Amino acid sequence: MTATKNWKLFKDNLGPQNPIFVQVLGICSTLAVTNVVKNTLVMCLGLIFTTALSNLALSLIRNSIPPRVRMMVEVLVIACMVIVVDIYLKAFYPDISRQLGPYVGLIITNCIVMGHTEAVALTSPPLPALVDGFSAGVGYSYVLLLIACCRELLGTGAVWGVQVLGPHWVNWSIMVMAPGGFFVLAVFVWIVKGWGERPAQKAQA
Amino acid sequence: MQELGFFTILFSAVFTNNILLTNYLGMCSFLAVSREVKASLGLGTAVFFVTAATTALNWVVYYRILVPLDLVYLRFIVFIVVIAAFVQLVEMIIERVSETLYQALGIFLPLITVNCAILGACLFMVIRDYTFGQACAYGLGAGLGWALAIMAMAGIRQRLSLRSRIPRGLEGPGIALIIAGTMALAFMGFNGMVSLN
Repeated sequence: MTATKNWKLFKDNLGPQNPIFVQVLGICSTLAVTNVVKNTLVMCLGLIFTTALSNLALSLIRNSIPPRVRMMVEVLVIACMVIVVDIYLKAFYPDISRQLGPYVGLIITNCIVMGHTEAVALTSPPLPALVDGFSAGVGYSYVLLLIACCRELLGTGAVWGVQVLGPHWVNWSIMVMAPGGFFVLAVFVWIVKGWGERPAQKAQA
Repeated sequence: MQELGFFTILFSAVFTNNILLTNYLGMCSFLAVSREVKASLGLGTAVFFVTAATTALNWVVYYRILVPLDLVYLRFIVFIVVIAAFVQLVEMIIERVSETLYQALGIFLPLITVNCAILGACLFMVIRDYTFGQACAYGLGAGLGWALAIMAMAGIRQRLSLRSRIPRGLEGPGIALIIAGTMALAFMGFNGMVSLN
């Protein structure tokens, strides 16, 4: 019984409850690195690690957190997870760590991580909290990876550093610069919203 | 890194390297609060003030406490605690000093602790090896740039809501992102003037 419940939680976070499309939350730190697919993947893995484990940790200690300082406790736990990610990247992937610069640290202030610890970890037992954190991270990551693919493909004609489009391709250099990220995300939100609305309109007619 | 003057950094942080439009920091509150000019003026002021003060404060903490003690890896935790403590302090002071100011800014202050732009400004300041004067300039500029961007955005959205027909799927965050993209394009026009990197 609990297994199906957890599975439902997992699916909800990937589809209908996906925070990027519903409220466009939490894009702050990660959208900035979506001009290269590889960096995006590293960021997303860091984010999944952080959401999953901080949810688990906070759920384990949820009964001993005084409600008045709960925000501070949440931020501190999240910051610890992010430090682990940061040190790991620095030790094993120094190049990527340098390219990501401050953005790894900014996972701390990502609204998605905070939102899930606040809404789920403080009210539910460890296992569902872990599942929720993990799936929230995955649901968030696949959207950003899609955006990164679009931007890198249109901006440099390559995906994962491998040239895909032929030499006749003219790079849309705007795509790898800041405005491109805004436009691609807007188009994604548009497509998803339009899609979600169609069945509702049919039901009305 | 070559020496950059106070005003060069200030100017480039506001215009050419706007923390919101080129680094996407502080997007959450930017999209949520930018519906009215009045609210965004309040939030913009609060962010400006806190960014300017905490960037300077965190410079002192980082170079006078963390570096001598070799605790640099703790900087994320320390920065966020400094920001949270500072916001709490400001909230208490404002509450005592001015009732009207508290009414105007009070609800925005708790939001600010988790605003990426403020932590982002502190982390950029460390990564770019700024001196104290440069860090102050950068903090001021980043806060000012963020406030400028959110107010411009609110102005555009307010007019847009009066008379314009937006495709239904684009309403809300969608159109806000497109406006932000267009604004980022416009700000790129400043690029030739000064450059940080």
